[in-house]
Amino acid sequence: MRADATTIELNRCGKTFADGTRALEPLDLTVAAGETVVLLGPSGCGKTTLLRLIAGLEAPDAGGRVRFNGEDVTGLPIERRAVGMVFQSYALFPNMSVRENIAYGLRVRKLDKGEIAARTREMLEMMQIGQLAERRVHQLSGGQRQRVALARAIAVRPRVLLLDEPLAALDAVLRDRLRVEIDALLRRLAITAVYVTHDQAEAMMLGDRIVVMSAGQVEQAGTPREIYRNPATPFVADFVGTVSRIATAAGVVLLRPEDIRLCEVAAGRAAATVETLHFLGGRCQVGLIGGDGARLIADAPPDTPLKPGARVGIAWDDAAPLRLPLMEAAQ
Amino acid sequence: MRLSRDAHRLILLALPVSVFALAFFLVPLARLAIVAGQGPKGIAAYASIVTEPRHFESMLVTLGLALAVTLTALGLATVAGLFLSRHQFPGRQLAIAVLTLPLAFPGVVVGFLVIMLGGRQGLIGAITQALGGGKVVFAYSLAGLFVGYLYFSIPRVILTVMASAEKLDPALEEAARSLGASPLRVLKDVTLPGLAPGLTAAGAICFATAMGAFGTAFSLAANIDVLPMTIYTEFTLNANIAAAASLSLVLGAVTWSALFLARSLAGAPAAAAV
Amino acid sequence: MGRTTVRLIQYALTLLVGLFMVVPVVMSILAGVTQNFFVGLKSGLTLHWVGEVWRLYSETIALSMLIAICCVALTLAIGVPCAYVLAKRPGRIARAVEEVLTLPVAIPGLALALALIITWGGFRDFRTSWAFILVGHVLYTLPFMTRSVLSVLAASEMRDLEEGAASLGAGFWTRLVTVVLPNAKGGILAGALMVLTLSVGEFNLTWMLHTPETKTLPVGLADSYASMRLEIASAYTLVFFVMIVPLLVAMQAMSRTRRRAAHPEEEPLPCAPTPQPSN
Repeated sequence: MRADATTIELNRCGKTFADGTRALEPLDLTVAAGETVVLLGPSGCGKTTLLRLIAGLEAPDAGGRVRFNGEDVTGLPIERRAVGMVFQSYALFPNMSVRENIAYGLRVRKLDKGEIAARTREMLEMMQIGQLAERRVHQLSGGQRQRVALARAIAVRPRVLLLDEPLAALDAVLRDRLRVEIDALLRRLAITAVYVTHDQAEAMMLGDRIVVMSAGQVEQAGTPREIYRNPATPFVADFVGTVSRIATAAGVVLLRPEDIRLCEVAAGRAAATVETLHFLGGRCQVGLIGGDGARLIADAPPDTPLKPGARVGIAWDDAAPLRLPLMEAAQ
Repeated sequence: MRLSRDAHRLILLALPVSVFALAFFLVPLARLAIVAGQGPKGIAAYASIVTEPRHFESMLVTLGLALAVTLTALGLATVAGLFLSRHQFPGRQLAIAVLTLPLAFPGVVVGFLVIMLGGRQGLIGAITQALGGGKVVFAYSLAGLFVGYLYFSIPRVILTVMASAEKLDPALEEAARSLGASPLRVLKDVTLPGLAPGLTAAGAICFATAMGAFGTAFSLAANIDVLPMTIYTEFTLNANIAAAASLSLVLGAVTWSALFLARSLAGAPAAAAV
Repeated sequence: MGRTTVRLIQYALTLLVGLFMVVPVVMSILAGVTQNFFVGLKSGLTLHWVGEVWRLYSETIALSMLIAICCVALTLAIGVPCAYVLAKRPGRIARAVEEVLTLPVAIPGLALALALIITWGGFRDFRTSWAFILVGHVLYTLPFMTRSVLSVLAASEMRDLEEGAASLGAGFWTRLVTVVLPNAKGGILAGALMVLTLSVGEFNLTWMLHTPETKTLPVGLADSYASMRLEIASAYTLVFFVMIVPLLVAMQAMSRTRRRAAHPEEEPLPCAPTPQPSN
């Protein structure tokens, strides 16, 4: 499918709502054919608005352009854009069975009966929900609904797949499992996908690239690794992981918890006092208070002998600190 | 959803209601307003509610009656509604059914039921007679109207109270109790404020319907000039269409204001009760 | 005062209110099937009075049913599209339209009837036909239909469902027919029941709009209250109860199931209206 996958291009796409609120500052974004891009940010950052612009559920402000494979689709409503969409609420039709839900897009396209039946069956098998085919939506569990929503969206063989927080309504265990399944599905289909979430772990796992957004603007776009190791702004550094800020003679150093080594005070580059210890299974999370009163978070082995109140030294490799382009100047 | 491209379809769907409302509501109301000012007294007909003693008195009686009914109905229904929504007891479902089924009895039937209670062959009269107190007949007086309007209003207010009470988070009352509040304080500080929007809306409807009630008064043939009866008399007996029209508009304005005020006070969720 | 005392007083008052609601109904029903109400039940039970009502008033019953059914059809045809438009356009104009739509409930039926007579009374054929009454009933019941449907259509799930259908390629009319209307069935049915109930019992407008040739059931009721013996009036009222109570029971059962189906964490919606008969 990669051969005919679709490139999405947004040019100067902003969104101002009728009541005057600016949901999205004009921005440019390109999603390469077959790529999965995750829009990540806190609620109200404009990520869902951006997705709805791509979908055709919202029109961009004047001057904005949306292109699929170079074709200008800005003027097309969603029903003529040939997208597949998975909604946060799943939006499964309660008046139809699972099978009818999956077949709906095919029926609307007026495919012939045999073709509809065959493709619906194929989807039911692919998502392993064949035994649910005749059930009504209200008889399904959250995870089952999720699978039906995915099956329905991809049954029409969309040019792009758009997912709006598809796992937000599920409990933690199910979320972890479905995350793996969705990842495998996206790889297999090799379809261009845009995925919205506020969960950084989900973004890291699914995204070829992550677009971190805040207050209607793109803070940074890059691979998960780039975003974690080389955040462009303090906001990104904090949003995609935990950061400790340690004051040294040379300036402020930013460290991820796993990069902090706790040692003898004399051996450390800085010193701190242990305040809290939380056993998390594979590791122990240590909360510390630095010399300047700043709170630090570090990882320690699960069997660490440290106790609250202990004085410890803090060490790190020269390559470990995060390098923010603007950071040093700001601090 | 992108509305702009659907706009012409939405206009098409709005067409039937627009035509109907225009032809049978907006234009007739406008005509009513014009006719009201075209009587022998001209525009002054609108002021007849205060200048004409008979109309003014009728207005006062109607207002007083409507207020009394509203307050009594709110009081009784709050007690009964809270009790029904908070306690399980044998016959509860039956009690709810009995208290709310008369919801759709029109005023004209309610008037007849009042005759059953307080008419010349009524139950109350029979009881007082048996007790040796003489036959009490109240159906054809102001008291009869009061009882009828109360009968009409109670089911709706009870339903509102029960719906509001169910929506009220029980944790709020538990929290107040955990902080040491007495049952009376809980009622005053938590329960009643929680019910207030619903009660405001229900009270307004109660007041508005009592103001405009015609069927009950009609079947009681009561010798009391509540405003709707005055309008009816002006129209049919005196053929004074201008007076009937102007009084109708004044009455409509009063009831609509009561509902509008309640909606603004109670906020959006209670608004739909109208 | 102890908790139990308070509860006892509440219980007694609730019981009293319940008696107040039910006793006159029972009396009226009994009076309708008693030989001679003045003498009492010992005069014997009979269906004679019900038969008399049938002989005298069966036409009013038929006309009421005809008008009620036409009223449901018309409010469906006018109110459902209107509710959809209001749900899609939650702007200031839509609020104004909604306000206008509630006016027929806020303004006393007497005033509405006067306005209709003044404007349309000159059209003799229309004025003397039952269609004139029907117009009044539609005017009065339309807000109930619209609000009942709107309460379902305005829910956020409904917007999601429609967007879901659009994302699968369904155009405006396809979405409306295959997704919106089937899932608004509950609100539409509740609205229809309410309109039916209200139309059958409507008196205030009807009394002003009717002619001797176009008497409905409530008009006949008022007529019998004024001019017939108590037993006939009671038997007639009994017929009315028999018609209206099943509708009411169905309506309450529906509102119970719908309330149970609703999500508790749902945002405040324009909730479904309760019927408001003409007093």
